[in-house]
Amino acid sequence: MFKIVHAEFIAPGIKRFEVEAPRIARKHKAGQFVILRLHDRGERIPITIENSNPERGTINIVVQSVGKTTHLLNALNAGDNILDVVGPLGKPSEIALFGNVVVIGGGVGVAMAYPTAAALKLAGNHVAAIIGARNKELVILEREMRQVSDELTITTDDGSYAEKGLVTDKLRRLIDNGTRIDLVLAVGPIPMMRAVAELTRKDHIRTIVSLNPIMIDGTGMCGGCRVLVDGKSQFACVDGPEFDGHLVDFAVLTQRNSTYRQEEERSMEEFRRHLEPRAADSPDDVGCAHGGRG
Amino acid sequence: MTTTVNPSPNPLKLRERIKLPRQHMPEQPADERSRNFTEVNLGYSAELARQEALRCLECEKPTCMDKCPVGVKVREFVRLIVAGDFLVAAAKIREDNVLPAITGRVCPQEDHCEGACKLCKKGESLGIGYLERFVADYEQRMGTIRLPAAPPTGKRVAVVGSGPSGLTVAGDLVQKGHMVRVFEALHELGGVLVYGIPEFRLPKEIVREQIDQLRAMGVEFETDVVVGKTVTIDELMEEEHYDAVFIGTGAGLPLFMNIPGEHLNGVYSANEFLTRINLMKAYQFPAYDQPMVDLRGKDVAVIGGGNTALDAIRSALRLGARKAYVMYRRSEAEMPARAEEVRHARQEGIEFRMLTSPIEFLSDGKGWLGGLRCLSMQLGEPDASGRRRPVPIPGSEFELPLSVAVIAIGTSANPVIQSTTTGLATDTRGYIQADTLTQRTSRKGVFAGGDIVTGTATVILAMAAGRRSAKSIHEYLTTDQW
Ligand SMILES: Cc1cc2nc3c(=O)[nH]c(=O)nc-3n(C[C@H](O)[C@H](O)[C@H](O)COP(=O)(O)OP(=O)(O)OC[C@H]3O[C@@H](n4cnc5c(N)ncnc54)[C@H](O)[C@@H]3O)c2cc1C
Ligand SMILES: Cc1cc2nc3c(=O)[nH]c(=O)nc-3n(C[C@H](O)[C@H](O)[C@H](O)COP(=O)(O)OP(=O)(O)OC[C@H]3O[C@@H](n4cnc5c(N)ncnc54)[C@H](O)[C@@H]3O)c2cc1C
Ligand code: SF4
Ligand code: SF4
Ligand code: FES
Repeated sequence: MFKIVHAEFIAPGIKRFEVEAPRIARKHKAGQFVILRLHDRGERIPITIENSNPERGTINIVVQSVGKTTHLLNALNAGDNILDVVGPLGKPSEIALFGNVVVIGGGVGVAMAYPTAAALKLAGNHVAAIIGARNKELVILEREMRQVSDELTITTDDGSYAEKGLVTDKLRRLIDNGTRIDLVLAVGPIPMMRAVAELTRKDHIRTIVSLNPIMIDGTGMCGGCRVLVDGKSQFACVDGPEFDGHLVDFAVLTQRNSTYRQEEERSMEEFRRHLEPRAADSPDDVGCAHGGRG
Repeated sequence: MTTTVNPSPNPLKLRERIKLPRQHMPEQPADERSRNFTEVNLGYSAELARQEALRCLECEKPTCMDKCPVGVKVREFVRLIVAGDFLVAAAKIREDNVLPAITGRVCPQEDHCEGACKLCKKGESLGIGYLERFVADYEQRMGTIRLPAAPPTGKRVAVVGSGPSGLTVAGDLVQKGHMVRVFEALHELGGVLVYGIPEFRLPKEIVREQIDQLRAMGVEFETDVVVGKTVTIDELMEEEHYDAVFIGTGAGLPLFMNIPGEHLNGVYSANEFLTRINLMKAYQFPAYDQPMVDLRGKDVAVIGGGNTALDAIRSALRLGARKAYVMYRRSEAEMPARAEEVRHARQEGIEFRMLTSPIEFLSDGKGWLGGLRCLSMQLGEPDASGRRRPVPIPGSEFELPLSVAVIAIGTSANPVIQSTTTGLATDTRGYIQADTLTQRTSRKGVFAGGDIVTGTATVILAMAAGRRSAKSIHEYLTTDQW
């Protein structure tokens, strides 16, 4: 049992938790994730560690409601317990002095990019951050990202806040202006990461993306998280989740992530029906355009 | 062949015993069981067990025992069954085997005890596995397991992995008075026994009971710990003050075939397929949250010929598959699966496509598997393993329509521990090197056994390694000699 010590919505449908997990807090490095399970009939889902506090023995996670499990999780509050939390899993992000780094986060991907941005900044890089959301309400971690970047650009699809447009619009401008970019890190929905990789490909700008395939164990045992990178099978939970964006086959990832679409919808539907009377007091469900496994 | 000097409770003459037929295991009818996950074998009654036990020749040189990897005293425990002392029989087995309810069910007996039974020469071997299972189940029902207690030694042992090797080490060492804590990566204990082998062959309740027994004996368990990630072996020894560590992490990463189309939806590794079913209970979706592809009315094939392959395909059948194929590139004689499973699978209507090798997974045009392109094989010269090598028959390509394929061609070593532990030697394939007698690794105080040392083997071989490890850990802890 892992106790939630703090929980708050930071945007509609996006909640931040601080969870007691002393072993994980001690070992966490930027780019790693946990797998959690809520109850004894629950599925195992991967969530990035947004921050950790070894002294307090806690980790932070930021979760967007997309399906049954994330809705269930986001209904929990301080004092509640999460049945299983295992980690830190995956390879830590490669942190080095690259020079000029652009960190791009889309939707809840901002929370996943944040720890790496912070580590890259700490390593002496010049960090230009671009965070994107569908609208003003869904912009998350603005303050935190500002703290760890030298420049921060915010884009909203509908222009309700900061720059109207997509994160890639800003990136294209940077490239077109001849800004020197040594590394791009992109974390967010698959179409966004794919678009970023396409944009940087012709200029051979090294581009790292964080992949989010379906996982079960997270230890390399099941092979369910396999992704096609450079024509070879890689297990995202142990070989990733970060990969060279120019080598990733995004079409395969999108297709494999749709495997259980029907079942996921059914699960959510039954859950919703079950929850109907209580739905009114939970913040709005925001759909899945910017999160989950899209 | 003569009987031993001990007075035998068996009233029958040897000649009479040889004439007795082997008592068949009552089982669920094939057409019923192929639609449920309840255990196939129903177990001997006390009467059947006694009847079967009467067949034992009580050989002076019990070859059965020599061939059991942990040396279960078969002749003695069988004699106790004849005498009706079932609980004493169980205690006798426990002297060498702490998980008899499991081994009685899943040991490849034909390769071990039963394969070496002298009755084989006269007809059918003694049903040693069935008898072992009977006494273990009897004991569990009676709930009278004595817990031997040794005075605490103050030594601390960390066991990594809760598969059969780790559980054996834990059980043996706690009985010697050491403090033992088992660290398991998954949320459930038991290793392959819970995530691999399905309910219809090994009810999870049995595994749970065996683990509860260990807990009652004082073994501590911590789930959700991936050693090497959550905590390293160096940290366990230096900061958490464990005096010795046993690594029993099993064979990890599933192998794929590296043929085109392997990324299509509907192509699974056996580990994923079975984990969804056994560990996550996905077949009870949506009561359980983990989803499973709907197999009803679909054609499913498994590629491989081991226990894993058969477990996967028989599970698929139970989940409603219309056609269920086993595709194996050698012939049936070379299949490594337990003989009983092959027989059961055949009865249930699994189609065996022997001497067949897939070369491409074909798409249905929508991202899902639609078929399999295969080659027919023939057996050529023996290869390094001594088995005849399958060679393709030119021009024998054919296509099989298929919705789901499960790859069960083996596993390779999981590198998590090896890559995070200083001074731990591995072989060229990444398996941990351990002395075959003492199970010591290259690292002082660290022992290893089971599939992570040998590659995928069997439950009883993993337990035998656990047993040797426990003995050698005890020696190390009491003498401090490395
Ligand atoms: C390494 C890794 C790190 C991750 N980190 C985070 C994180 O930090 N925060 C976070 O919020 N998520 C993160 N995720 C994603 C998260 O794991 C998934 O969102 C989660 O598993 C979804 O579970 P669920 O049961 O709620 O949704 P599911 O029911 O499993 O649904 C998952 C996906 O199915 C699709 N879907 C479901 N219903 C519909 C519908 N009606 N119409 C169209 N599509 C639909 C959506 O794409 C949805 O995202 C991460 C994933 C990985 C692999
Ligand atoms: C589907 C299937 C069917 C089988 N059928 C039979 C059969 O009928 N008869 C038979 O004799 N054998 C059978 N086998 C083989 C047998 O199950 C294995 O040989 C045996 O389980 C090996 O035991 P083990 O203790 O080495 O490891 P495992 O049983 O593999 O257990 C290892 C455990 O360690 C955990 N672990 C791994 N890494 C870490 C880590 N870093 N930190 C913490 N924990 C970790 C794993 O999660 C797992 O629980 C079968 C195998 C499979 C897959
Ligand atoms: S443990 Fe296995 S091999 Fe040994 S006697 Fe029992 S069934 Fe036979
Ligand atoms: S070899 Fe067979 S007959 Fe002889 S003691 Fe063992 S089980 Fe009995
Ligand atoms: S999640 Fe199972 S191997 Fe990666």
